[in-house]
Amino acid sequence: MALDKKNIAKRIAKELKDGFYVNLGIGIPTLVANYVPKEIQVEFQSENGILGMGPFPYKGGEDADLINAGKQTITSLPGASFFDSAMSFGMIRGKHVDLTILGAMEVSENGDIANWKIPRKLVKGMGGAMDLVASADNIIVAMMHVNRKGDSKLLSKCSLPLTGLRCVKRIVTELAVLDITSKGFLLVERAPGVSVQEIKEATAGKLEIPVDVPEMQF
Amino acid sequence: MINKTVQTVEEALEGVSSGMTLMLGGFGLCGIPENAISEIVRLGISDLSCISNNAGIDDFGLGLLLQQKQIRTMIASYVGENAEFERQMLSGELEVILTPQGTLAEKCRAAQAGIPAFYTPAGFGTEVAVGKENRSFHGKNYVMEEAYQADFAFVKAWKGDAAGNLIFKGTARNFNPLMCGAAKVTVAEVEELVPAGALDPNQIHIPGILVNRIFQGRDYEKRIEQRTLRNT
Repeated sequence: MALDKKNIAKRIAKELKDGFYVNLGIGIPTLVANYVPKEIQVEFQSENGILGMGPFPYKGGEDADLINAGKQTITSLPGASFFDSAMSFGMIRGKHVDLTILGAMEVSENGDIANWKIPRKLVKGMGGAMDLVASADNIIVAMMHVNRKGDSKLLSKCSLPLTGLRCVKRIVTELAVLDITSKGFLLVERAPGVSVQEIKEATAGKLEIPVDVPEMQF
Repeated sequence: MINKTVQTVEEALEGVSSGMTLMLGGFGLCGIPENAISEIVRLGISDLSCISNNAGIDDFGLGLLLQQKQIRTMIASYVGENAEFERQMLSGELEVILTPQGTLAEKCRAAQAGIPAFYTPAGFGTEVAVGKENRSFHGKNYVMEEAYQADFAFVKAWKGDAAGNLIFKGTARNFNPLMCGAAKVTVAEVEELVPAGALDPNQIHIPGILVNRIFQGRDYEKRIEQRTLRNT
């Protein structure tokens, strides 16, 4: 069965390693914070200027001066720090952040990503996405395999304006985990009960299918 | 001590006029110079170029200037929260220069620090890099970005003293410190203005040399854009 958004986040949380500084994008990536394995320590960075971001506040604990990049009220954890936006993106461009998890509208088989603009239709801006994808070595995309019209979002070439070139390393969708390799999308895992054939049909770009494709473990 | 204090918002904004380029601190509605924005609305000046990470929401922040059609060019990284903005942009009434957030921050800091331009990897190979110099360093590609040139910078701090020293709070810091001294005139409004000597020099985020005018702000609303709570 295809995963829901929570389970996509849960699967991505398995990519977290002890000691990682992690930047989470808006949407599914934000949910990853709920599934950090108990035995490891990670710190979340929000590009508007906090390291050591904590969960949402309890009612009454909201502070207008303490928000995340999605403008949601948050809390800070022991060891947290605040800083300005130049320092924040210095951390990002300087490769001090270990893992970036973000959403996408399209990803191509060479790792290009498009997630900021649909010409003449939707222009919200790139926010910090271009800075993040231009620098991070470790980028995981969390997204649905197909769009609302049923078209694949994993393409041979992005049709939308690009956010970054050859930067995505891994993609987790409701159907599969895929890596970007020199041969295109490599099918690494499939969602429980989802067949290789289903994934093949939902992938427009070049798909490399190993002999054995294990089911995801949670 | 050089006293930077002005008594009123009118005095603080003296010299601001139509056609100018303004920097405004804040991320979303967090840490925005609310008093300066209200005064710009009251002055009714127009044809402004505004540099700010976001464009406010329909009825607050820079959204108030958009409602009055006071902005001609908006330079921002993300404008998704404002329907009137999107309408003016798609209809061509408003010129918009979308800029990667880290680049926007650095273009402010470069202006503050006397650096005319810098190279960043952000946006290489995308629309953002069109018409700009590209250069490779150590096998990686970069885009040249130039420092901003602005007439006024409006920032909001938590505490400030008469000498113009500033301390910010939480994530309300964001772009505010980077805009100080990045324009011809920097105007800081603060929630709490104290006499010189009342702030610990060890704790100051922005030294007063980067601030031209400071005033005690009034009636802060400090609206929350996305009030998100934890389930008990």
